[in-house]
Amino acid sequence: MSPPNPNPLDPDDLEKARDAALDAFSAVAVLADLPAAKTAHLGDRAPILLARRSLGTLPSTERAEAGKRVNVVLQAVQASYDARKAELEAERDARVLAEESVDVTVLPDRLPVGARHPLTTIQERIEDVFVAMGWEVAEGPEVEHEWFNFDALNFGRDHPAREMQDTLFVAPEGSGLVLRTHTSPVQIRSLLDRELPIYVICPGRTYRADALDATHSPVFSQVEGLVVDEGITMAHLRGALDHFAAAMFGEGMRTRLRPSYFPFTEPSAELDLQCFECRGASAEPGGEPCRVCSSEGWIEWGGCGMVNPAVLRACGVDPERYSGFAFGMGIERTLMFRHGVTDIRDFYEGDQRFTLPFGMEA
Amino acid sequence: MRVPVSWLRTMLPGLTASADEIGAALVRAGLEVEQIHRVGDDVQGVVVGRVLDIEELTEFKNKTIRYCHVDVGGTVHEVVCGARNFAVGDLVAFATPGGLLPGDFHISTRQTYGHTSDGMICSARELGVSDEHAGILVLPEDSPVGADVVDLLGLRDQVLDIAVTPDRGYALSMRGMAREVAAAFGLPFSDPAATDVPAAGDGHPVRIDDPEGCDRYVARTVTGLDLAAQSPTWLQRRLTLAGMRPISLAVDVTNHVLLELGQPLHAFDLAKLTGTVAVRRAKPGERLTTLDGQDRALDTEDLVISDDSGPIALAGVMGGATTEVTSTTTSLLIESARFLPVPIARTARRHKLPSEASKRFERGVDPELAPAAAEAAVRLLTELGGATAMGTTDVDQHSEPLVLDLQVGLPGRLAGRDYAPDVVRRRLEDVGCRVDGDDVLRVVPPSWRPDLIGSAELVEEVMRLEGYDSIPIVLPTAPAGRGLTSAQRLRRTASRALATAGLLEVVIPPFVSEDSLEALGGGMTPPRLVNPLAETEALLRPSLLPGLLDALLRNVGRGLGDVALYEIGVVFPAPGSVAPQSPSVSGRPTRDEIAALDAALPPQPRHVGVVLAGQRNGHPVDWADAVEAVVGMGRALGLALGTRPVEWGPWHPGRTAEVLLDGSRVGFAGELHPRVVERLSLPAGTVAAECNLDVLVAAAVAAGPVRAASISPYPLASVDVALVVDHGVRAADVESALRIGAGELLEDVRLFDVYAGPQVGAGKRSLAYSLRMRAPDRTLTDAEVIAARDAAVAEAGRLHGAVLRTA
Repeated sequence: MSPPNPNPLDPDDLEKARDAALDAFSAVAVLADLPAAKTAHLGDRAPILLARRSLGTLPSTERAEAGKRVNVVLQAVQASYDARKAELEAERDARVLAEESVDVTVLPDRLPVGARHPLTTIQERIEDVFVAMGWEVAEGPEVEHEWFNFDALNFGRDHPAREMQDTLFVAPEGSGLVLRTHTSPVQIRSLLDRELPIYVICPGRTYRADALDATHSPVFSQVEGLVVDEGITMAHLRGALDHFAAAMFGEGMRTRLRPSYFPFTEPSAELDLQCFECRGASAEPGGEPCRVCSSEGWIEWGGCGMVNPAVLRACGVDPERYSGFAFGMGIERTLMFRHGVTDIRDFYEGDQRFTLPFGMEA
Repeated sequence: MRVPVSWLRTMLPGLTASADEIGAALVRAGLEVEQIHRVGDDVQGVVVGRVLDIEELTEFKNKTIRYCHVDVGGTVHEVVCGARNFAVGDLVAFATPGGLLPGDFHISTRQTYGHTSDGMICSARELGVSDEHAGILVLPEDSPVGADVVDLLGLRDQVLDIAVTPDRGYALSMRGMAREVAAAFGLPFSDPAATDVPAAGDGHPVRIDDPEGCDRYVARTVTGLDLAAQSPTWLQRRLTLAGMRPISLAVDVTNHVLLELGQPLHAFDLAKLTGTVAVRRAKPGERLTTLDGQDRALDTEDLVISDDSGPIALAGVMGGATTEVTSTTTSLLIESARFLPVPIARTARRHKLPSEASKRFERGVDPELAPAAAEAAVRLLTELGGATAMGTTDVDQHSEPLVLDLQVGLPGRLAGRDYAPDVVRRRLEDVGCRVDGDDVLRVVPPSWRPDLIGSAELVEEVMRLEGYDSIPIVLPTAPAGRGLTSAQRLRRTASRALATAGLLEVVIPPFVSEDSLEALGGGMTPPRLVNPLAETEALLRPSLLPGLLDALLRNVGRGLGDVALYEIGVVFPAPGSVAPQSPSVSGRPTRDEIAALDAALPPQPRHVGVVLAGQRNGHPVDWADAVEAVVGMGRALGLALGTRPVEWGPWHPGRTAEVLLDGSRVGFAGELHPRVVERLSLPAGTVAAECNLDVLVAAAVAAGPVRAASISPYPLASVDVALVVDHGVRAADVESALRIGAGELLEDVRLFDVYAGPQVGAGKRSLAYSLRMRAPDRTLTDAEVIAARDAAVAEAGRLHGAVLRTA
């Protein structure tokens, strides 16, 4: 039952309608009931709105005053509605959003978690260090012909060094096919395929007939560097190696060369890395002993030297005009140093617990 | 090579450096000191004692037991001893209670044979002095009673254990090591091989039939060797420290010369030789029983020493039994020869007989050393064994030394620093070269350095003796590079895409067994290894699946049942072949020669493989996970990979797709065949995928840069159709028909519902698609949308019998 329409000329009528609206709004208990009250008291058919509509029927002399009166009442009702709405919304927010809250410490499990193998990511990191210096990344096959793996690298047919390498041979017997024992055949392929000067880095898998144990694996990875240009010196070799060591192990890391022998380099050197743990301090008089380097201050990292002129000749490069250097080191060994891996088998077993912590970047 | 520091000091009287300092200097010079053994520290509390009295204890059957008193200078110890070779008044090495002998043997007072034994009288072996254990060690009469035996006998010593690189045969001798140490410390060096040798004469007849195998043969004969003569303690001790076992005077003397000079010698029993000693290759069918008792069939490439009886030794490798020196041998023929590296290396390898001698011959022995080495042996045999030197034979066919030219500035140019000309000259002289000339040096390398064959080798000698640490550090500047190739970048992208999709990368060794391939259905012919580490690893993988499934099982076995692994690696699907012949290395091979080598290599494509089992974000893995991994990776490479059902090999015939690139197969993805799952004990429902990544990457590279789409600003018109098709009709085919039929206005098609049930009838499926249409230049009218939809449905009907579902 709707109340009679207030007469816009009658202040009492209007006040009654206003009071009724204000009471109705304050009587609403929940936000959901508010729209009904609004329709009743502020809707098109609400008494005050109807009163306003009837203003047009009044004589012009009374219209202005009556209109003012209606507007005052309407504003009061609207204000009352707005206030009540704000109150109810605040109540709703306080209660409902609290009820909807969740425990955000429960980590979601919707995206499966993957990771890349550290052997892959460290190879990429190594590539990036050298690519940043303008070098390029060279590649070669894993089953390689002995000519690339040995002959062209100045290993004579009966050189004892071939024996040292514990080569895995690929059938048919006498085919001259081997699983490459080092990444050095990529040196030969680079010298044959590329235009001089050459600045390349080559990471890759290599193989030796070594039984698997904590520090040996028949499969391992090496990274090979080769530079052949005019005027290349052993000083450049040292510069490249120190830069590489610093990039992998931190600013200031140094390398040391010890004379050695490889058929494909002359002069040749063993490459030692300053101990990343003690930074050489354990070898100083009175230094704390170091477990990592046995207090020697240095750790064996790889081999290097100036490219043997015989290798350049075998690839048709004039050793009178060009000189070069090459270096190679084990990637697993580098990872073992860098990440504290103690058993080389961990790289090759595929246990999820090993790979997962490395995430997307080693 | 084990180098006793005491021996070094006798050769270099001016050497005052400690063992550690010597070791460090050798490391700088390129001789890798693996370890410094300290000997003598394990002998403590052993002093000189005088035997005061001896009481023979006779009540112990079959045993000589003596009860003695020994004065060690003020204190008298009672002691029980089992040896008999000493008398009252002798001086002996007496280990006092609390003392220590090698082998961590602690001396204490104990009760034995009814007496107190308050210490021990030591034998030479118990002191670690030599192998002599026949009786206790009786010390010289002038030894002071109470003195420390370790000091008295010079037992305290250090031995440098040095790994010698294959180019440095000369360093497998005290002579070579002393020369290096002298150069490192600037000490004078007097060559122990620079001795006078008697002129040839009255020698045993010798003939070299094979100059390729031997270019010098010196034979010395001695007679009248005292059968009772033993190696003196100093000799035994040197051999022991150097890692050899003393055996008999004749053998010990040859071993001493081997260690001192680096010349392997062989002693024949002269009385057992018949006729001319010849160096030749073995003849077909010849056999030889070597000193180790093995009867060996000889290869016609084997270099042998023969006499009238046939082969009597494997030259440079091992002697023969018929001419062996025994305890009754009194006359010897000492062979001091230079056998050449190649035949010795091959024979040692063929007969699996690496020896101290073969090791040196393989690396090259000094051709001028033979007479001096033979002389050194004869001298020791005459001095220590009472022998008389008889005849000398010297068959010398060795070639003239090389003369090398070296620009005096070259070492500096290659090092990146200057070396003064006199430094270059002096360093070459340090290693034994004769040097003439000024700007261009004429260098004659010494006879013991066959490795010095060119200027690069001479440069190394200068650099290493001056120290690699004196070479400056300069970063080389490369010309501007091109960065990674597109293929290299895309391979990284493929790996990242898989890891981002929640798979873990593994790296698996590429060796597989016949069995593991058989389990996958067989029919693969990968390359085989000639010398595999194990028969179970005799093949190279033709597929990534065996290794990935192994890794999957390993994870499951370790309690990690939810597995999602991927690997990117090279596979070997077919064997290689034999290249016609290897090019020479004297110059660049021809294009054809290189092509022939490459053609012999087996194909080695790079594959990507995926395996999944268990749960994956809340659902059990199924075929779609495998397909999605590969297709998603393809998307990251910019490729739209398709799928088509396939029945193939180890795959489930109804739940496997062949992966398609432009209609060609590039791999498989889906569930493994239940038979394979059972055979390999895999978790039920294991899924996998394998694709040729090289093909994908090449296609992505060939596709070139992405062409940007033109983005229409006009509104989307979306219309849904539900099509009823026979059960065998594939959604992908229906979709492509819809695409063809709808034409250019179609922007995208999505399958949003698949229904099979009573409402569509038996043997039918309803596929509901949403067709999204848009024009580049206008808002589509309803009529245009309806027309395109009808055309799409009509095409699907024409090609696949699809009927618009009405209900």
